[in-house]
Amino acid sequence: MDPALIRELKSLLGTANVLSQNEDLLLYEFDGSVEKSRPEVVVFPHTTEHVSRIVKLAAKHQVPVVGRGAGTGLSGGALARGGGVMIVFARMNRILELDLENRRAVAQPGVVNLDITRAVEHAGLYFAPDPSSQKSCTVGGNVAENSGGPHTLAYGLTTNHIAALELVLPDGEIVRVGSRHGDAPGYDLCGLFVGSEGTLALVTEITVKLSRKAEAVKTLLAIFDAVGDASRTVVEITAGGITPAACEMLDGWTLRAVEDYIHAGFPRDSAAVLLIEVEGLREAAESQAAAIAEICKTNRAREVRTARDDRERDLLWKGRRNAFGALGRLAPSNYVLDGVIPRSKLPEALEQIHAIGKKHGFQIGNIFHAGDGNLHPIVLYDPRDTEQFKRAITAAEEIIRMCISLGGALTGEHGVGMEKNELMPLLFSDADFDLMRRIHDAFNPDSSLNPGKIFPLSKGCGEIRVRNSGQAAGTRP
Amino acid sequence: MNTVANLTTRVEKLVGSDRVRASETALQEFAIAGRAPLAVLKPRSAEEVAEIVSFAAAEKLTVVPCGSRSKLELGMPPQRYDLALDMIDIRQIAHYDPGDLTLSVDAGIPISELTATLAGERQFLPLAVPFNATSTVAGAIASGIDSALRQQYGPPRDFLIGAEFADSTGKLCKSGGRVVKNVTGYDLHKLLIGSLGTLGVITRLNFRTFPLPELQGAHLATFPTMETALNFHASLLKSGLPFSNLELFDSEFSVLLAVTLDKLGGSASGSLTTGGWHVFASFEGSAAVLERIARELRKLAGQAQAAHNETLDLQRTQLMNEALREAFDWLRRAAPGVGLLRIVLPQIRSGDVTQLLNLSQPAPLRSAFVLRACNVAYLALLVDTEDASTKTALERGVSELSSRVEAAKGSATLLHAPLWLKDRINVWGAKRPDFALMQRVKQAFDPQNIFAPGRFVGGI
Repeated sequence: MDPALIRELKSLLGTANVLSQNEDLLLYEFDGSVEKSRPEVVVFPHTTEHVSRIVKLAAKHQVPVVGRGAGTGLSGGALARGGGVMIVFARMNRILELDLENRRAVAQPGVVNLDITRAVEHAGLYFAPDPSSQKSCTVGGNVAENSGGPHTLAYGLTTNHIAALELVLPDGEIVRVGSRHGDAPGYDLCGLFVGSEGTLALVTEITVKLSRKAEAVKTLLAIFDAVGDASRTVVEITAGGITPAACEMLDGWTLRAVEDYIHAGFPRDSAAVLLIEVEGLREAAESQAAAIAEICKTNRAREVRTARDDRERDLLWKGRRNAFGALGRLAPSNYVLDGVIPRSKLPEALEQIHAIGKKHGFQIGNIFHAGDGNLHPIVLYDPRDTEQFKRAITAAEEIIRMCISLGGALTGEHGVGMEKNELMPLLFSDADFDLMRRIHDAFNPDSSLNPGKIFPLSKGCGEIRVRNSGQAAGTRP
Repeated sequence: MNTVANLTTRVEKLVGSDRVRASETALQEFAIAGRAPLAVLKPRSAEEVAEIVSFAAAEKLTVVPCGSRSKLELGMPPQRYDLALDMIDIRQIAHYDPGDLTLSVDAGIPISELTATLAGERQFLPLAVPFNATSTVAGAIASGIDSALRQQYGPPRDFLIGAEFADSTGKLCKSGGRVVKNVTGYDLHKLLIGSLGTLGVITRLNFRTFPLPELQGAHLATFPTMETALNFHASLLKSGLPFSNLELFDSEFSVLLAVTLDKLGGSASGSLTTGGWHVFASFEGSAAVLERIARELRKLAGQAQAAHNETLDLQRTQLMNEALREAFDWLRRAAPGVGLLRIVLPQIRSGDVTQLLNLSQPAPLRSAFVLRACNVAYLALLVDTEDASTKTALERGVSELSSRVEAAKGSATLLHAPLWLKDRINVWGAKRPDFALMQRVKQAFDPQNIFAPGRFVGGI
């Protein structure tokens, strides 16, 4: 990297806000995924104006730029695949405005997801998107990836909760899209930019819609002796006209690992548990909870527990929310997949995942958003064992291909990033790519923003300038 | 030089002579604001749509997709209008998986037909849009017209999960998928919502469906003044009670609503003709839920000093829902001259509404006002004759209202106006700061500007 660019960045932001030593950069070559790629300089802007000027400097020196929140992403979205400048939004972390009457909050991109809820819960409001990493992930990252969470089942992905955005385009121009209240005439640009994985613009300010907390919440834990019974229960709840707020499944192997760590009260000898939540008016929540309990029993649930108070509810959720941490104790590393299938295909998909795991010598755990068919198989592996890592990647790809063959999608909430860009042709035709590419080029014509993401490089549509001896291109085998 | 006769022959070669109409009568049926196309083509499949677009692109002809043609007047007339695509023969249900709550349908299927099919599985699509009897599903999406159920179910962007469409190169493209949770690739299908055919020709749409509610109910309260009605309205929003629809309207609106109700089913109008301001709230759920909501509504209405206050039975609930769903249609026909504005204000306070209504008061203007769900208001300015002085009053009323709304950081769109007024006023209002980005989107989708040129915001 041209030392002049680093000098100019330091002059703009101060030395404390620019990292360029190799030992500092090492921290930023990872995110939550299995990918790896090192930026050449990391900067911490404090204002939108900073971001605009950083982008202009990078353009002048013809180096790519990637935005990053907390780096919890699971598809390599916030990795500097083309090297260059990484903009970390950690210091743009203020909630700028709370408009409780109109249920809006304006936040900088580095605000932690849960901090929005914490700031408004006294008024009975919350920010609905609830990724498992919500204690650390940022709302800017949520916007980039269109993040989901357990309650997406009832309330939709991040895109359903964003009213307006301030953006910095790759040429440094600052623009606003969307409308704070209600929808303004014109194309739904918010709908385009949310989930564009940082490939069209950098988000510098976010107006979110706040939701009202439900009057009543009922949380049920149903324990099954057969995975198939749990899967069928999920299908029947939906078919029965009930849309739970959340419907999560843990298979037997996973729940045992969780129980050893969290002691959430999962019976160690069961084959699967469903964690189901219904919300609404007291009358609705009670009758729906009763109906769900009945469906569970018809499908041979061994036991159905209902949380009696918030403490019991928190304990049930604790088991779910900390499951990935529990599994982390079992192997040096784990690969959390994200695939979607039509929920009616759940029993079949779980059988196939088991078979794929067996074929490649892995016990694959399943802990996932069953209600909307969003699978998260977890492959435990040792990254120091290159051969095992290769097998983990192969197994993962087979699982994702299986999801597609069942009529599903490549990703339900983690994004495509550099994890699945080569699999995109499984779903999209050349004509689809041509159009997506035209949209990409309309905003990011030189691929200077987050290069090498979403689009398959094998199709020649993801130009990346790799600057230093291949280390920036990632280390996936 | 292409003559029209020559064009007809060539498009007949493309899709067959039985799929092309060029008679004066046929062309007039597809006219937009008096402007007729050169030919009407009725494709049989998505592939045929793509072929037509490919032909149009090569010949530099413009294309306007049409469904039931109920909302062609929205936006501006196309600057050039060569080929009308009559999409109503592309109308299959491609996939319907009730267990997965997903539905994939062709563009030309009427919503009413879908409603019947979905009801067989005790499900529905929350697209409560006007012209329910005829409107096609793609027309409802591409027009961006408001759904009366968005209070509870959100706008279509919240439940449209994928789309297929012919792009400007004449290729079939897709975005999204057929699963309810999906973040694969750019959400291009969201751009199609409300785009008035300016980005591509929608051939198929994928939706998330919803379980039909067990029961429905509604409540109607009457207030002597706007302030008391708005206070009640605000108390409902604060109550946390789930409403499927919530509308507040003035006496002129309620008189027009009563006329519609009478046409639909007799004596449903009741308290609507007594003057004053009304708040209508509909809701759904189990018997216990309905009873609870109705009880709380009566209590809140009492506290807000409602002059009249009643829980509607199922029949009246359904009639009111139906009449309000169709409000766009009957408001635009409410007088010989109507300027119908869709207004989105940052928030609706009684002061704002007073300001809006005062502007429309000068004789000979009358106005009908309704505050619909999610901060969207419709204000119809009505004139009973179309002489020079009323025309001037209407034009002044519309433009003053628009500038007031824009000054208050809101937006005002003219949904309906006489042709002479459309020629004089920008129906989309002032250009917004993100207009340049919208142009980039249009340029990426349709660089030759063959899709419905000029119909959309800022002349896109």
